[in-house]
Amino acid sequence: MSDTIILEVARFHPERDTEPSYQSFEVPLRADWMVLDALNHIKDQLDGSLAFRWSCRMGICGSCGMMVNGVPSLTCESLLMNFAPGPVRIGPLDHFPVIKDLAIEMDEFMGKLQKVRPWIVRKDDYVPKREFIQTPKQLAAFQQFTLCINCMLCYAACPVYGLDPSFTGPAALALAERYNLDSRDQGSAERTDLLAQHDGIWDCTVVGECSEVCPKNVDPSLAIQQYKISATKDWFKTWLMPWGNK
Amino acid sequence: MPQYSTFQPKPYRPRMSPYWYFERWPYLKFMVRELSCVFVAYFAVVMLFQIHAISAGPGAYARFAACMRCPLILDLNAIALVFIVFHAVTWFALVPRVFVRDVMGPGIPDVVTMLPNFGAWLVASAIVAAFILRFI
Repeated sequence: MSDTIILEVARFHPERDTEPSYQSFEVPLRADWMVLDALNHIKDQLDGSLAFRWSCRMGICGSCGMMVNGVPSLTCESLLMNFAPGPVRIGPLDHFPVIKDLAIEMDEFMGKLQKVRPWIVRKDDYVPKREFIQTPKQLAAFQQFTLCINCMLCYAACPVYGLDPSFTGPAALALAERYNLDSRDQGSAERTDLLAQHDGIWDCTVVGECSEVCPKNVDPSLAIQQYKISATKDWFKTWLMPWGNK
Repeated sequence: MPQYSTFQPKPYRPRMSPYWYFERWPYLKFMVRELSCVFVAYFAVVMLFQIHAISAGPGAYARFAACMRCPLILDLNAIALVFIVFHAVTWFALVPRVFVRDVMGPGIPDVVTMLPNFGAWLVASAIVAAFILRFI
């Protein structure tokens, strides 16, 4: 087996280019290297102008998400050897505006996150004097959805978001459901008013790829379908018992 | 006023290809799954005609059966069957993605939610096949 591998890396300079093109780099093929290590090798040794995001190198920060051979992946968790003999094609995450090379703009995503009110909403001004006790069952109801690291791989895998960027998207909806299921939260009615809409949960067509590419097994698709069921139950309750609370 | 300036470079906004579903197998599978519902509707219509023929008497049913033996219809039914099986299998495979966790709680393995559906499908198919082979 060759001791090098070709990386085809997307390049886009916003002041010169109208669209991205691919540039090939030959990098060492080392058994312990991730794709991110190869990109850092290019940055350090071959072309310092290459732009990409990374931070923790251990699948925690969610910064280094890119398209690796067309699949949304965390490059710090993608073993370079798995792509031998190459070439490996690396591009910016699909469906997001590209600032430069592999760096994408996240403003839209951050706006969507804020929109779903991802914090504990209380109707009262009650401030507990001690920690809020939850049973293991109450914790288990939402714990899976707390593992999201906002890497946005699910958005890059979602064709619905690609076709209609106004769709709230998998991670934000999963986070909304995470708070809806939290026994301390009282904001589910507010969120449902916002998200049981055309741009919210009902835009999801259950492609399911968001859950397949999630590096933390959050399963956003499950969260969205659960949300659809609870929103439908709420709608029936308000229809059958208009005098009651949602 | 120009929207672009040297100090605020305009990002590149990618557009999805109209043929995006050919780019990855999971997307193509999704599209085939959705479009295969046309064949489900086709079989439902055929079944309605069959029920109508049965209720209209032996002569009408014989004409219906003769029509269904036409090679073109046989080919169409064979193709429809393949798509319907694909439709059913892909939808049942999605059960873990849409399963109501209120029923059994979180952390249920995918196979536990999928297998009962496949089992029920097989049993229902066997009952229908036995009925058709026995009485029709």
